[in-house]
Amino acid sequence: MIYVLLFCEFFKIGMFAIGGGLVTVPFLFDLSEKYTWFSIKELSNMIAISESTPGPLGVNMATYAGFSAEGIMGGIIATLGLVAPSVIAIIIIAKLMDKYKCNTIVHDILAGIRPAVLALILLAGMEIAEMSVTNVLSGALFAILLVSIHFWKKSPIFYLCLSAIIGIALKL
Amino acid sequence: MSVFSLLIMFFKIGLFTFGGGYAMLPLLRTEVVNKHRLMEEDELLDIYAIGQCTPGIIAINVATFVGYKQKGVLGAICATLGMILPSLIIITLVATILKNYMHNRYVSYAFAGIRVCVVALIADVVYDLWRKNVKLLSDKIIFVLAVLLLVFFNVGAMWIVIISAVTAWGLSELKRYKRK
Repeated sequence: MIYVLLFCEFFKIGMFAIGGGLVTVPFLFDLSEKYTWFSIKELSNMIAISESTPGPLGVNMATYAGFSAEGIMGGIIATLGLVAPSVIAIIIIAKLMDKYKCNTIVHDILAGIRPAVLALILLAGMEIAEMSVTNVLSGALFAILLVSIHFWKKSPIFYLCLSAIIGIALKL
Repeated sequence: MSVFSLLIMFFKIGLFTFGGGYAMLPLLRTEVVNKHRLMEEDELLDIYAIGQCTPGIIAINVATFVGYKQKGVLGAICATLGMILPSLIIITLVATILKNYMHNRYVSYAFAGIRVCVVALIADVVYDLWRKNVKLLSDKIIFVLAVLLLVFFNVGAMWIVIISAVTAWGLSELKRYKRK
């Protein structure tokens, strides 16, 4: 039964998470509140691991979240649920290719969703911040990282590894 | 190109892509356009544009589309399977190993540092998205609406997407009506 539930929840995410990368985060955030599959703390660990392992971010997140909920099978079912809407939608669109060329209305709607998605990611980020940036030490690390990431566009993996080392050194 | 080689090609792309769907474009171009000559660069960019404006995450949309063009429905499924297999294998391994070490003091220090970094990475993405996507008044209206719904009414992510889509559609019709 849990597999059906996992598949349906991730199918919904696949259908409404339009774009790439971090878009799945707010949806997983909702799941962490609705079920006991994983906590917000585990969710932010998942983001870090998904960023620093191969594979598209969204797919990695789904596999990890499904695994946390229900082991190896859970990971597989969640990932299949996430990709199912894409496969169905793209096959339909590929068949109607000539008619569907991102016409103006579709374009306007998609451009309109982006600010809302931005708000979703922002608020999910603030919840994670509340739990991670808790004292002066982590606050200082956050400020330094923020500036470094903005001015030296190195790969996220570099910053994640660096933060792990700093975390151990400072006993965060 | 056979269904099996499609699967292998996308397995390779999945294995060497880090991050979101945009990160995979250079590798995809090398494999699809230059090496296997499955399509022209223009066509691939068209597929990317469509992948961005259909439900689902971009990487999977593009894989499905390229697979479908080559070998129909079976090709679409095989390309997508190829794309997700590296994630399934690697994440399952990493998650299994980490589960046993999460209680280790040093691992938990490391992750405390990493979580701070995740917040900083998200903040940078938010800043980037703001600069690229929030330009017009209508964008700002939708942003404020979404924040209000999230903060005061605790509306779920799915409904935020639906409500903003309807609002954007309304605003777009209004703009067209005014122009007439």
